[in-house]
Amino acid sequence: MNAPEPIAFIRQHLIDPEVCIRCNTCEETCPVDAITHDSRNYVVKADVCNACGACISPCPTGSIDHWHIVPKASAYSIDEQLTWDELPPKQDVDASVLDQAASDNSADAEEEGIQLNAATSLTSAVPPWSAAHPYVNLYTLKAPITATIAGNYRLTDPNATSDIHHIVLDFGTQVFPILEGQSIGIIPPGADAGGKPHYMRMYSVASPRTGEREGYNNLSLTVKRVVEDHEGNSTLGVASNYLCDLAKGATVQVAGPFGTNYLMPNHAGSNILMICTGTGSAPMRAMTEQRRRLEAAGKKVDGKLMLFFGARNPEELPYFGPLLKLPAHFIDKHFAFSRLPGEPKTYVQDKLRQAGKEVAELLKGDTYLYICGLKGMETGVMDALREVCMADGLEWTALSARMVNEGRLHVETY
Amino acid sequence: MSKIDYSEKIPNNVNLAEDKTLQRALEHWQPNYLQWWQDMGPDGSTNFDVYLRTAISVTPDGWAHFGHVKMPDYRWGIFLAQQEEDRKVNFGENKGMAAWQDVPGEHRANLRRIIVTQGDTEPASVEQQRHLGLTAPSQYDMRNLFQINVEEGRHLWAMVYLLHKYFGRDGREEAEALLQRNSGNQDNPRILEAFNEETPDWLAFYMFTYFTDRDGKFQLNALAESGFDPLSRTCRFMLTEEAHHMFVGESGIARVIQRTVDIMKQHRIEDPNEVRKHGVIDLQTIQRYLNFHFSVTVDLFGADQSSNAATFYSAGLKGRYEETKRDDDHVLKSHQYKILEISNGSIVEKEVPMLNSLNEVLRDDYIRDSIAGVGRWNRIIEKAGLNFRLQTPHKAFNRHIGSFAGHRVSPDGRLVSEAEWASNVRDWLPTEEDRAYVASLMGRVIEPGKMANWIAPPPVGINRQPIDFEYVRFN
Ligand SMILES: Cc1cc2nc3c(=O)[nH]c(=O)nc-3n(C[C@H](O)[C@H](O)[C@H](O)COP(=O)(O)OP(=O)(O)OC[C@H]3O[C@@H](n4cnc5c(N)ncnc54)[C@H](O)[C@@H]3O)c2cc1C
Ligand code: SF4
Ligand code: SF4
Repeated sequence: MNAPEPIAFIRQHLIDPEVCIRCNTCEETCPVDAITHDSRNYVVKADVCNACGACISPCPTGSIDHWHIVPKASAYSIDEQLTWDELPPKQDVDASVLDQAASDNSADAEEEGIQLNAATSLTSAVPPWSAAHPYVNLYTLKAPITATIAGNYRLTDPNATSDIHHIVLDFGTQVFPILEGQSIGIIPPGADAGGKPHYMRMYSVASPRTGEREGYNNLSLTVKRVVEDHEGNSTLGVASNYLCDLAKGATVQVAGPFGTNYLMPNHAGSNILMICTGTGSAPMRAMTEQRRRLEAAGKKVDGKLMLFFGARNPEELPYFGPLLKLPAHFIDKHFAFSRLPGEPKTYVQDKLRQAGKEVAELLKGDTYLYICGLKGMETGVMDALREVCMADGLEWTALSARMVNEGRLHVETY
Repeated sequence: MSKIDYSEKIPNNVNLAEDKTLQRALEHWQPNYLQWWQDMGPDGSTNFDVYLRTAISVTPDGWAHFGHVKMPDYRWGIFLAQQEEDRKVNFGENKGMAAWQDVPGEHRANLRRIIVTQGDTEPASVEQQRHLGLTAPSQYDMRNLFQINVEEGRHLWAMVYLLHKYFGRDGREEAEALLQRNSGNQDNPRILEAFNEETPDWLAFYMFTYFTDRDGKFQLNALAESGFDPLSRTCRFMLTEEAHHMFVGESGIARVIQRTVDIMKQHRIEDPNEVRKHGVIDLQTIQRYLNFHFSVTVDLFGADQSSNAATFYSAGLKGRYEETKRDDDHVLKSHQYKILEISNGSIVEKEVPMLNSLNEVLRDDYIRDSIAGVGRWNRIIEKAGLNFRLQTPHKAFNRHIGSFAGHRVSPDGRLVSEAEWASNVRDWLPTEEDRAYVASLMGRVIEPGKMANWIAPPPVGINRQPIDFEYVRFN
C-alpha cells in the first residue's frame, strides 16, 4: 500500500565549462533545442535533452560529452549550471541507493512470472572474483522501464531458415547499468489465450557495459524468431516475434537487469573460453567486444580468448562477418557447421575435440568457461571437455567442480 | 539535398551536375587550386595520412566523419547548410521581403566585394601557416593544424563557388585572383593586413587561431544573416568548421599556460628569466603576443565609422552578430552608438548614428567574446596560486586602421607620447628576442602521445581518441 516511490535516476547531460570554448555549434546542432547559453556558459536542459547524441561529434572540444547520473528529482537546474566554472564532481551511481532499490524490488521480482526454462545444470553460483558489481532488479514487471528501439535488423542471411535479429534498445537518459553476461526481461504486450498477461521473457545482452555504441546509453539483443516449438511443431513464439517485428522508434517495456553470476572476469589477464550456439553468442559478443575496446583504448590485455561457435551454416551464424574480422592474435575462433552440403555434420563438441590440446592447455590456466545456447548442447559439450582433459592427464570431474566453486564455470541454456 | 555527392569531381550538395557551364568553369579552376595547394599548402606533408574530419552531409549526424586521409585527397567541395523555408531578409530597408536566391542587380558590386574579401582570408591563413608542420609540438597538434588548413581551403572553395555561380565573368576573374595574391607577397599581397603577417611559431599560431579566427566567427556570423540566401547558407556551414579553429587556439594557449605555471610552481619561480631557463614560455611573453594579435585582429573590423558598413546593412547584405536574436527594429535609422575618439589630447566617448558604426558594433561584440576566453586562461593561473593575470589591451592600443591609426595608446588606454611609447614598447609588444626565444623552443615532436617540453598535453583527444592515438601516419 504505502510502498515508497522508487527513486528514479537519470543520466544528466552536462557541458564542461572548463573545456568548452562557447562556439555555439551544439546549440546550432541540437534538434530539440535542449541547449542554451548566457555570456558565461553553455548548458543543457535536463528535461528537454533526449540523449540523441547529435551534438557529440560536432562539438570541437569534447566538452559536451559529460553524463552524470543523478536522482531525477534533483537534476542540476539551468540556473545552477550557468554559474559553474567547472563541473561538479561526478556522484558515481550511488551504489547504496541502487542496491536499496534492487532489494526493495527483489520480492516483486521473485514472485513475477519468468519462464522456467533456465539452466538448472552444473554452473557456478558465484561470479568470477574480479567481476564488476552487477545491479539487478532495478526494474520489475510491475515497475518496468521503457526503452526505444534504436535499430532492428536481420543478422542471418535472407535465405537462411533461422531469422535472427540484432535489436538495439536505447534507454535515453534513464539509468540502466548492465554488465556483459547479464540479461534483461522483455514484457510482451497483451495477454495469452487464458486472458493472463504474457509472462516476461529473458534475453542476454549482446553489447558490452559501455553500450552497443560506445558512450551511448543503449544495449543490443540477439533474438531468434521462434517459429516452431522444441518438438518441431510450427508455432509462433510470443516475445521473439513481437521483438523481431518492432520498428525503429517503437517502445518496449523492460525489466532487469538480471544475473549475478554469469559475468565476465574483470582482470585483463584472465582467459575466457566460450562455447555457444545460435543466439547463445549474445553474451560472448558482449565479452569479446569489451575486451576489444579495452585493447583499442591501449589497455594491456594479456588474457586469451577462445571461441567455439556452432550453427547450421555460415549464413545462420550471427555476427559471422564481424567475427571473421577479429585478428587471430586477439581471439582463437572455431566454427562448427552442422548443415554444410556435402560435408559431415560438425558440432561444437567435435571442434572442441579437434582443438583438444589447446583447450586443455587453456583450462590449466587462469581460465573462465562460458557455455550458452540451446539446452541440448550441454551434454555433448561436457562429454567433449571430459575427453579433452583426459587426453591431457587432467581430471575433468575434479577440475570442473573446482571451477564451479571458484566462479569459473558458467552455463546458461534455454 | 543534405547529402553530399562524393562521386563528383567536386563534392557538393548544390546539384552541380545540373549546371554544366558552372561545373566546367569550376573544374577548370580546380587544377589551379591543387597547384596552389602544392605550392603554398602545408610544407612537406603531401604523403601523410592525417586523421581528418570530413563532412558527408550537412545534417548533424553527417558533418563530422573521421578517418585517415592524405591531405591532397581531402574532399574539398561546396557544402551549403540546409535551406530554411520561407527565409526573409531580416534587417535593413528590405526587411520582410523574401530572401534573395539570386544577386539583386543594384547590390552586385558590394556583394562581390564582401565575398572576395572573405574569400581572400581563407587561403591566406594556409599560406601563413605553411611551415608550422615542421615544428609541431605533437602529433595531436600537427593533425589539428592540418585540419584547419584543409578547412580553410574548403572555405575558399565555398567563396569561389559563389563568385562563379553568381558573378559571371567578373566572378571568375576574382576567383583566379584569389590564387594569385599571396600572403606577405611584396607585389601582390593579401587584401587585409593581418593576413600578411607571418605566423612564425606555434605560440603565434595559437594566438592567431584564438584571436584572428574569432574575427572569422564574427564576420561569418554577420554574413550568415545576409539576405542573399546562398551566402547565408554557405557561411552557416563554414561556422560549424570555424569552431574547431578557435578551439585549437583557446586550448593551445591554455596548454602553454598550464605547462608554464606547472614549472613555476614546481621550482617556485616567478622571474621570467628563470622561467625561460626551464624551456617554457614565460607569462610576460604570452602577454606581449596576446597584445600583438589582439590589436592586429581588432583592426580587421575596419574603420570605426564606415558608410560602406551602413550601406551593406541597409541593403540587407551583411547583418550584425546574432541579428535575429536582438530585439530592436533591425533598421537602426534612429539608433545611436558610442564610439571612441581623440579629442583635446585624450580618448573620449562620442555618440554617433549606429548605422555608421556597425564595424564598431561587431568589433565590440568580438572583444567581449575574446575577453571571456582570456578569463578562462586566467583561471589556470589562479588555480596555480599565482598572482599574474593576462589582459586584453585597450581597443585603441597599437591600431593601424580607424581613428587611432597614427596615435600612440598604451595597453591600459592612455594616449602617450612617441617617447613614452618607444621606451615601453618592448614591454608591450613581442621583441625580436621574444620571437627568437620562442623560435628556439620549436622542434618537431612526432612520437604519438609525446609533447614538446613547452606545452601540456590536451585534456581530451580528437573524436574521443586517446592522446597517444596515431593522428598522423608518416609514410
Ligand atoms: C537466461 C536466458 C537468456 C536467454 N537469452 C536469449 C537470447 O539471447 N536470444 C534469444 O533469442 N532467446 C533467448 N532466451 C530465450 C527467450 O527467453 C525465449 O524463450 C525465446 O525467445 C522464445 O520466446 P517466445 O515468447 O518467442 O516463445 P514462446 O511463446 O514462449 O514459446 C513458443 C513455443 O516455442 C518453444 N520454444 C521456446 N524457446 C524456444 C527456442 N529457443 N527454440 C525452439 N523452441 C522454443 C516453447 O517451448 C513453446 O512451445 C533466453 C532465455 C533465458 C532463460
Ligand atoms: S559545441 Fe562544444 S565547445 Fe562549442 S559551445 Fe557547445 S559544448 Fe562548447
Ligand atoms: S544529446 Fe541530442 S538532445 Fe541532448 S543536447 Fe545533444 S543534440 Fe540536444
